[in-house]
Amino acid sequence: MRVNGTDEKLDVEPWVSLLDALRERLGVTGPKKGCDQGACGACTVLADGVRINACLALAVQYADKEITTIEGVTPHPLQEAFVRHDGFQCGYCTSGQICSAIGMLNEAEDPAALTDAEIRERMSGNLCRCGAYNGIVEAIKEVAR
Amino acid sequence: MTTTDIRAPEKYVGRPVDRLDGPAKTTGEARYAAEHHYPDLAYAALVHATIARGRITAMDTAAARAVPGVIEILTHENAPAMKPAPKVSLLDISTMASGTSVNYLATDEVHWNGQPVAVVVAETSEVARHAAALVRPAYQELPAVVDFAAEEPNAAPQKSSMLAETSADKGDAHAALATAQASVDLRFTTPPHNHNALEPHATIAVWDGDRLTVHEGTQNFGWLRKHLAKRFGVPERNIRVVSPFVGGGFGGKGMVWAGTLLAVLAARATGRPVRLALTRAGVNHTVGGRTASTQRVALGADADGRLTALIHTSVSRTGRIGGTPEQITSASRHLYAAPNIHLRQHLVQLDLLANTSMRAPGESIGTFALESAMDELAWELGMDPIELRMRNEPERNPVDGKRFARRLLREAYAVGAERFGWRERDPRPGAMRDGRWLVGMGVASAYHPSWKLPASVTVRLSADGGVEVRCAMHEIGVGAATVQAQIAADELGVPLEAVRVRYDDSDLPLGAMAGGSMQTASVAESLLAACRKLKQSALALARRAADSPLRGRRLDELEARDGGLHHGASGETYAEILARAGRDHLEAAIKSGALGMVGMLRERRRWVKAACGAQFCEVRVDPDTGEVRVSRWLGVFDVGRVINVKTTASQLRGGIVMGIGLALTEETQVDPRTGRIMNAGLAEYHVPVHADIPHIDVHCLDEPDPTMPLGLVGVGEVSITGVGAAVANAVRHATGKRIVDLPITIDKLL
Repeated sequence: MRVNGTDEKLDVEPWVSLLDALRERLGVTGPKKGCDQGACGACTVLADGVRINACLALAVQYADKEITTIEGVTPHPLQEAFVRHDGFQCGYCTSGQICSAIGMLNEAEDPAALTDAEIRERMSGNLCRCGAYNGIVEAIKEVAR
Repeated sequence: MTTTDIRAPEKYVGRPVDRLDGPAKTTGEARYAAEHHYPDLAYAALVHATIARGRITAMDTAAARAVPGVIEILTHENAPAMKPAPKVSLLDISTMASGTSVNYLATDEVHWNGQPVAVVVAETSEVARHAAALVRPAYQELPAVVDFAAEEPNAAPQKSSMLAETSADKGDAHAALATAQASVDLRFTTPPHNHNALEPHATIAVWDGDRLTVHEGTQNFGWLRKHLAKRFGVPERNIRVVSPFVGGGFGGKGMVWAGTLLAVLAARATGRPVRLALTRAGVNHTVGGRTASTQRVALGADADGRLTALIHTSVSRTGRIGGTPEQITSASRHLYAAPNIHLRQHLVQLDLLANTSMRAPGESIGTFALESAMDELAWELGMDPIELRMRNEPERNPVDGKRFARRLLREAYAVGAERFGWRERDPRPGAMRDGRWLVGMGVASAYHPSWKLPASVTVRLSADGGVEVRCAMHEIGVGAATVQAQIAADELGVPLEAVRVRYDDSDLPLGAMAGGSMQTASVAESLLAACRKLKQSALALARRAADSPLRGRRLDELEARDGGLHHGASGETYAEILARAGRDHLEAAIKSGALGMVGMLRERRRWVKAACGAQFCEVRVDPDTGEVRVSRWLGVFDVGRVINVKTTASQLRGGIVMGIGLALTEETQVDPRTGRIMNAGLAEYHVPVHADIPHIDVHCLDEPDPTMPLGLVGVGEVSITGVGAAVANAVRHATGKRIVDLPITIDKLL
């Protein structure tokens, strides 16, 4: 598996999730475990540029994929925009929000044309219990345009 | 957010300073509790009871033990002893740290459905979880009382304590209600809630002889350390709690729950560092949440809308094995100048996991009832709901005549009405439309008492001009280090970049708990005192030198700026003072003591201190499906002086977001037959998502509270209060329907 530009050799049981492989076996702890059932989005990473919930993916399925986590996207303009717009409080959902936003902007035909409502809809798989949603949308909008 | 006060540009307090931990949190560098590595780390998983009450008669662990990679399985049959939880005493409030009174794995008794009855320790987390699923306890079931609604008629009066008064009587509210020209009498219900912080609770416990290191996201270093010392029989100084980042708390990480204790116990039993990261369901089953409630609010008024009677009674619950009663009628003590007031709180004890503080415990759901009833009274009177509130705005605290330290609720409504366009509201129900959507606008008051506790802080000034603030604080997302750095920089007159705040370790001087909206004010008070002490020391050093421009000066004549002390054009930097004296640093410490607590209670006898505000909500309701969308929000708050415009606005917005969840979607569903939480996950417990939250306009009046350090008042909880009612009142305006049972789901509107 290629993780953040480095080839990693992993010997894992077939039931190990991509998230656990990253966090427990490779020490890549940027992606977070919030629910372990695909409901919160804190574990969002990019697989060949597409956002996925790493907790719902089995590591063995991604053997030949390029996995990019928050560590691998650094530095990215969204990170600075999140800080400036205060798009987080506790920070636990932030890795997932940023990776999800990168994937979301890749999906959009014309990212600059996304309305606030569209951004919200497309980001609704990423929960933030601190309620930093306004700042997150502002940060994404700024980078999209 | 805007503020009405533009500060001197060289000051940091009041400015929208970016969080100092922003880069760490946005790059994945920030390490949370479960993310610390030890070479021989073992992984633990819990086995939860599946009955509400009874005894374990057998524990079959054979299949689980046979799984390769299992190190140990701890049950009540083989677990090492842990001391029982201490009895709660107000003389030492750290005795309140225990989430429950259960002595886990020292007993065969089961007290709630979900109680941990075994811990599996294994070489990987997958093996631990798999083996935990293979443990087969057998039970003898006993009758259990788990249905709040059924038990509610048996509620007993709740006793008052030094920290929370639970009843009040002024005049004869029942007689006044009976003869009132206008009245409402409503019964409300609110369901249990769970914090559901995004980071599930996790603990890494590492024993080294009788020394213990614990990695955990905590809202209370002091309580956690003291409690572990008591339970495991080691001196407090042997325990170090490391907690640089807390992935959300909201009250859920303030007490010590089973996961923490069992991680420490498992590490002691196996001789290995142990990590116990709870599953999301595990959090729901072992960490308490908000109580359910039923409430009655009855209001009587004369034809001009002057309240003649205010009755607010509540029933809430604790667990038979613990829990703190929530102050549900608290806001009714303070909000309205009714001549006749009757307040009572009642409790039931259930065989459920103990309840615990969750963001504005009591006030969040109490204001839903009170402020919904006020709105209904306004309908009854045909009066504008803001006008009704203004006619009943008290000069002094209604129940006891104490003075308010500061109260700007009138101003909050005036500013808010203007800013929100309240005058454009057509008061008739269902009269406003946006296409097919019914539009409604509602208001409600926010109110939360402000507290502060003693805190210890040390400040060190180095010869290179650097400042180090040392204080164990809880970074649950409030920007704890950032705001204290701003305060220290201003107070000492140094650039923000020169200040380093060390806060992440219980070996540091202990600050105050992150609870009751009091961490920032508590620490600020001691930090200000430490900075003043430090400047005194620096001045004393300077005055000894014949050639110092500060010779003969007193501190109150001087200005701290440009990295030193100055009088007009003359002065010198701290670096110069230290260099001349041949010192490499100066240090000042403020230590918290029991006297601080006494002082705090004395102060509370004198003043009523609080944060307050006006919540403005606009909803759109689909007339066919009953779907409610919050389309606009404005909160105008009186939270004293704002230290950081950016982080304050975020925290206030966060409370409103959680309040929108409380209003529309959040409900912990407890099976009334088995006491099992049926929706112990984020797929079934619906917290607000991006699409549920519009732009939230937040405005702070930014007037200092004269009785608080720097005039600041905590902002953590006030903004969730009133939100449930503001939504319900907007729905009432849009549809004509008064919803008294939370959450306001579509079935209730059809």
